[in-house]
This record gives sequence, structure tokens and C-alpha cells, in this order.
Amino acid sequence: MNFLNDPITFISAWMRSLLTGWGLLDGLTTVIIYFIGITVLIIFAMVLDILLVWVERKVVARFQDRLGPNRIGPYGLFQPFADIIKLIIKEDITPAGADKLLYNLGPVLAIASVIILWAILPLSAKIYGVDLNVAILYLVAAGALGTLSILVGGWASNNKYALLGAFRMVANMVSYEIPMVVVLLIPTILADTMSVQGITQAQNGMWFAILSPLALIIFLISAIAELGRSPFDLNEAESEIVAGFHIEYTGMKFGLFYAGELLHAFTFGGFMAVLFFGGYGGFFGLEKIGFFSWLNNPFVQAVVFLAKAMFGYWVIMWIKYSMPRIRIDHMLAFNWKFLTPLALVVLVNTAVLSKVLAGLPNWGYVLGMFLSNLVIGFITIEILRAYGRKQRKAETKPTPQNGQNQEQVA
Amino acid sequence: MTADQIIFLLCAVLILGSSIMVVTTRKLIHAALWLVAALFGVAILFAILQAGFLAVVQVVVYIGAIAILFIFAVMLTRKEMLDKGTQTRSNWWLPALLGLLILAGLVFLILGQPIFGRTAAAMPEGVDTLRNLGFALVSPDAFVLPFEVASVLLLAALVGAVYVAAGNNK
Repeated sequence: MNFLNDPITFISAWMRSLLTGWGLLDGLTTVIIYFIGITVLIIFAMVLDILLVWVERKVVARFQDRLGPNRIGPYGLFQPFADIIKLIIKEDITPAGADKLLYNLGPVLAIASVIILWAILPLSAKIYGVDLNVAILYLVAAGALGTLSILVGGWASNNKYALLGAFRMVANMVSYEIPMVVVLLIPTILADTMSVQGITQAQNGMWFAILSPLALIIFLISAIAELGRSPFDLNEAESEIVAGFHIEYTGMKFGLFYAGELLHAFTFGGFMAVLFFGGYGGFFGLEKIGFFSWLNNPFVQAVVFLAKAMFGYWVIMWIKYSMPRIRIDHMLAFNWKFLTPLALVVLVNTAVLSKVLAGLPNWGYVLGMFLSNLVIGFITIEILRAYGRKQRKAETKPTPQNGQNQEQVA
Repeated sequence: MTADQIIFLLCAVLILGSSIMVVTTRKLIHAALWLVAALFGVAILFAILQAGFLAVVQVVVYIGAIAILFIFAVMLTRKEMLDKGTQTRSNWWLPALLGLLILAGLVFLILGQPIFGRTAAAMPEGVDTLRNLGFALVSPDAFVLPFEVASVLLLAALVGAVYVAAGNNK
């Protein structure tokens, strides 16, 4: 056992010998070591979060043909620190008539609901918080706390826009949770486990993104909806309800909501990598060849994982800054009439095919899965096209009502 | 006292304290949030008992769905979310007496069982509780019938809710 091959075990063994050498009890030592481990993980996530502010601002600048922050430090790298200092020294305002306790609880819950996700995020085969056998459900449960934070913050602000934003967010999150849960079952079926380590290792030969591309797309859409990012940012629609649920928050309390959103997006990028792109592994068997055995090093794996997570984060940003906000009735109709049925079809297809194709050689299994997804995707697009044609026809046909309207306009 | 016992005691204090707050607080929204705290405590109890699946499902279903629905409904229905009336009725002693009787009966029954002072048996290595639960739910000699009946009941409730919400436009 050495530091490079198994850093966490190495450090905890060293600390255990140190602390018991000081005469501490064994149980107390365990508690202290776990406490330090949790603190280090949270600090890592929060420091990464500071970097994400810079990444987000730089990337959005590129998408909008601007330069972005470039004055403070090289490439504007120290801009987030200036932002933090600004947020900290801002006046902290609690609106009159606000429910003080809940008002302060909102931002704390918002960031906590993201940070608890890092407990199950596998950075590498040896560096992870905990390997739960219900990790997939844990992901959904953490989302429930996120909903609660927004509801509490929006209500306690004593502001009608904040309350409207909170209502919209709950409608959004509760409905998009359904396709999310359904689609999370697909990696579970393919890997035959709900543990994220198991799912990652099951993708060593083939990524689930190739076995079930439709599941990946549905997961991405429902993840963006759960994040409340554009095109699903109805909770903070600037042009309609000013700033939504965090309208009354100032200074670092707003900062916590903002930081929570960025870290949440990155974390979902990480889960996309774990569930569909092989997480820290997924080198298609390359790591078994002697020359490439350095791919099994935990630090290399962690870098690979963070790179894949960053790619997922980039895709989420890409969608955020290129899509306009959709209307709330469209959003709900899209979920209930399109995404949920499609997710159920893909789930049934995966469940049946994984048993039917189980006897085939590996390439036959992969090809069958991929082709079945293509067929479902093609049928979906055809149905959508027929529906779109019907809608357009209904709009152009001069109905009596339509004609009247046109006269009035004229 | 072992670490498990300390966690259990803290958790019990959390559950009981929040439960008392649920019925005594005058703000409806606070009551709903104290309920969330109590349900979270129950989830921790499940986790201590190594029932990870139940713990997570407790959070998903009771906090993620039911409590949020409570809060949502409370916010939508009442403008003034303060209850100003008296919190007890004149015959409050009757349910209190009944509650005490049930508590006494339960304590009597539990004291008769030889369960005190025992430590929980360690979980055998390699047992996947989740897999066992899954098999039990769909196995004919286990719980497939209650499971299916509950599913049909929920489906009926869903269809009924949609029917009521859609209105009788004939």
C-alpha cells in the first residue's frame, strides 16, 4: 500500500496510527478521521466551485462573442475572488415581514442539497465518499432537498415574485423528476446494480451512452430541468418575475444560491459521466494492456473523471446559452405528453432487450441495443414531425375565430 | 455507550421534538417543515438499522413528494397562515387518556420480550438486501399479491384524481 496507488487508505491509516499513538480511543479516532475526510471533500467541492464561476463566465462570453473577465489576474482567473469579496462586503438585507429563520435556512439547504451529492460521486476507484447500493435513489432524494430549499427561500422572502418563482420551480422539479427516475433505471438495468462504482465498472467495455443514447438525452433534459437552468429557468425568469425565488437575497446568501446552481450543474455533468460515459474508467479495455496500465492510477482516473464532468457541464452551459426560455404550459406538456412516455418506452425496450440479447456475443448485444434506440428515436421524430405539421396546418387554416382576429389586427 | 446508541438518542430527540412542534406551532408552514424534520429523523433511524433502501425511499417519498405537496397546498390555500384559535378542545383529556393507555400497553408488551441489552447481529458479508427485497416483491411465495394490489390501488387513485381534476364536461 502506498500513497500513489491508494491515497485515501494510506492517509487514513497514517492518521489512525498517529491519533492512537497520542492515546485517543479507537472509536473517537474513527469519528475524527471521518470528520476530516468529509471536511476535505466539501472544501474540494467548494474550491472547485470558485473555479466554476470563472469557467461559466468565460464560456458564456465565448458563446455571446465577448471576451469575459480578463482584467484581474491571468485570463481573469482571479475574478471569482473579487466577486466573493464584493458579495461578502455587501449589505445583508432581510425583508420586512420575512420569516427570518426560514429565510436564512433557504440558501443553506440549497448548497447542502448539492454537497451531499458529492458523497456518492466516485472520483476514482479508490477516491470516493461512500459506495451506496442505492446511490441512484440517493441522487433523487438529494433533489427533493433542493426543491425544499427553493420553496422555503421563496416563501420566506415575503415577496410575490419570489413565491411565484418557488411555485414554478416546484411544478418544474416535481414533474421532471418522473422521466429522471425512469431513465435512471436504464443504467441500473444495464449494469445490474444501483451502486455508482458498479455502474462505472460495468462500462469498462462499452459506454452506456452507446448502448442507450436516448436515455442519455432524456437524462440530460430532465437534469437541466431539475437544475432550473435555461430553457427551464422559469423559476427566475427575469422578464416575467424579476429574479424569481432569490429576488430578496443579497450578498453571500445570494452567492450561496448562485454557487449552489453552478456546482449542481457540474455535479450533474459528473453524474452524466458516471452513468453514461464510463465515469473515471471506460477506456474500452485499453487499461488492461501493460503499456497503458497508468490509466488505473487513482489520480489519473480522477483527472479523467473531472474532464468528463467538465464536458457534461459544458454541454449544459451550451444548451443554457443557446436556447430561449420555454413557456410554462409548453414545459409541462413537453414533460407529460412527450418525455415521460418516451422514457417509459425506452425503459421497457431496454429491460426486454437486455434479457433477449443476453445470449448473443458482446458486439451483437451492443449493436442490438444501439439499433433499437435508433429505431425508437426515428419513430419519435416521425411522430413529432406529423404532430408539428398538423399544428402548423391548424394555425394557417382560416378558422372563423382566426379570421376575426386578423380583421381586428388589420 | 456506543456510537450507534448516541446517534439513536440524538435521532429520537429530533423525531420527538419535531413531532411535538408539528402539533404545537401556530404557523402551518412551520408545522409542515417540522414534519419534514421528523420524517428525516425516521430516515436516519432506517439508515442506522442498515436499511439503506428504506432510508432513501423515506426521503424521496415522504419529503420529496408528500411534504412538498403539503407545503404547496398550504401556500396555495391560505393567505394568512397563522392559526389564532385555541389549540385544545374541552374533551382533550379523552384522547390523552387513550394515548396513555396505548403507550402503557405497548410498554407492557415490549417489557415482556427478551430484547433489552442485546446488540444487533452483524450483517452477514455479501448479502445484498436490495436484491433480496426486489425478489421478495415479485416472488409468488412472498409479496407479489399485496404489491400488485397496492399498485392497482394507486393507479385507480391516479385515474380518479385525473378524472376529478379534468371536471365533468359533458
